[in-house]
Amino acid sequence: MSEHIYHLRNLTKVYDGRHVLHVEHLDIRQGEIFSVVGPSGAGKSTLLRLLNFLEAPSAGAVHFLDTEFSAAKSVGIPTRRRVTTVFQRPILLNRSVWDNVSYGLRLRGQRNASRLIEGTLDQVGLMDLAHQRARTLSGGEAQRVALARAMVLQPDALLLDEPTANLDPYNVGLIEDIVRALNREHGTTLVLVTHNVFQAKRLADRVALMLEGEMVEVADKETFFESPRDPRTAAFVRGEIVY
Amino acid sequence: MIAVRDPALYAIIILSLRVSGIALLFSTLIGIPLGAALGLSRFVGRRVIIAMLYTGMGFPPVVVGLFVYLMLSRSGPLGQLESTLVPRLFTPAAMVVAQCIISFPLVAGFTMAAVMGVDPQLRRQVRALGATRWQTTLAVLMEARVGVIVSVIAGFGSIISEVGAVMLVGGNIEGRTRVLTTAIVLETRKGNFDLAMALGVILLALSFLTNVAMLYLQGRTFEE
Repeated sequence: MSEHIYHLRNLTKVYDGRHVLHVEHLDIRQGEIFSVVGPSGAGKSTLLRLLNFLEAPSAGAVHFLDTEFSAAKSVGIPTRRRVTTVFQRPILLNRSVWDNVSYGLRLRGQRNASRLIEGTLDQVGLMDLAHQRARTLSGGEAQRVALARAMVLQPDALLLDEPTANLDPYNVGLIEDIVRALNREHGTTLVLVTHNVFQAKRLADRVALMLEGEMVEVADKETFFESPRDPRTAAFVRGEIVY
Repeated sequence: MIAVRDPALYAIIILSLRVSGIALLFSTLIGIPLGAALGLSRFVGRRVIIAMLYTGMGFPPVVVGLFVYLMLSRSGPLGQLESTLVPRLFTPAAMVVAQCIISFPLVAGFTMAAVMGVDPQLRRQVRALGATRWQTTLAVLMEARVGVIVSVIAGFGSIISEVGAVMLVGGNIEGRTRVLTTAIVLETRKGNFDLAMALGVILLALSFLTNVAMLYLQGRTFEE
């Protein structure tokens, strides 16, 4: 099995003639927590959409394990179903918590997965609310439902797009614990996009800084925070505005 | 007629429900996919189709009746074909065609509006969970189910109570194409106001019961 789950080569995304992303080269290792930090508008979310095959690259390619994804080559449903994303704002279906968590499984034709769903709801601490309507939940509970809905699919890669940006410290802590456990116990590769360097420091194995659609520096956590090569990384880590 | 439980009355009620029911079924089968496609896709000519749909939503039924009459009459473009696939004038099938043309723009238009009201991020989220294009459309329709049911109710309401088109293409022939609305017109013209009123009450009751049944089918959505 390949050591890397993703290889990105000359990956470019252009919207209306504007280059929003250009990554010459990036490898993401299987089983790691890889965090992408950077200010708003740096292209982090665009990167995740490409990693989840939700949008086609304008040029270059995403290699996911043995599958290539490029402007000319789309990926099939079986490959798409090996990756999923938890977005910043939890978009829940107007149904019960249970129905939301089981939704992705039903898409895959798995209808007898009660134990798996119960176990996942337990992990996120929402078993008691299983039959409550999802839209009556608090922000933190809703995001945990969104996380459970993704976790229950047991993806090879889970992409997290600012998953705690709108949450209180208690829920931030809960979600960080859940994703850390997911990574350690199941070996799920996590790609965490965040503008919060402290969160990246708490969770990530490796960290990348993105500015204006480009990767400024990719390094293991210690190097990134203690002895970054690029002065912009050093400035970002210090909390200074870098553009 | 009502007091003695005239079998002719039952025949009129059953024909009304049959014609409008079949027309609604076809309208739903055409209108919901069309409304979903217009709400979710962007393609060349979409605006023109929407403008035509909006025009169709306010189209006078009697004009639809006239159009269908001219198309199906023996000298009309479809009537000339004398094909078994083309309904003949003054038959329930011709009434179904007219009612279908009246109701499908309402079903499609309201479905489109309902679908467009769903959070656009939902489609991306559902796709990220591994949904196919078809599953994504279905998820959006399910989220918009209140509006979709309303579109079907509006479509039904527009045809069960419609008189001009069915009068023109059906001819109000006793025992063959007489429905509640055309019977009401006939009895009113004959001066049988009591009977016309009674038929009107039956029509209202049928409409009410059908709508209640649709709300029941919709489940608990309105209770949320």
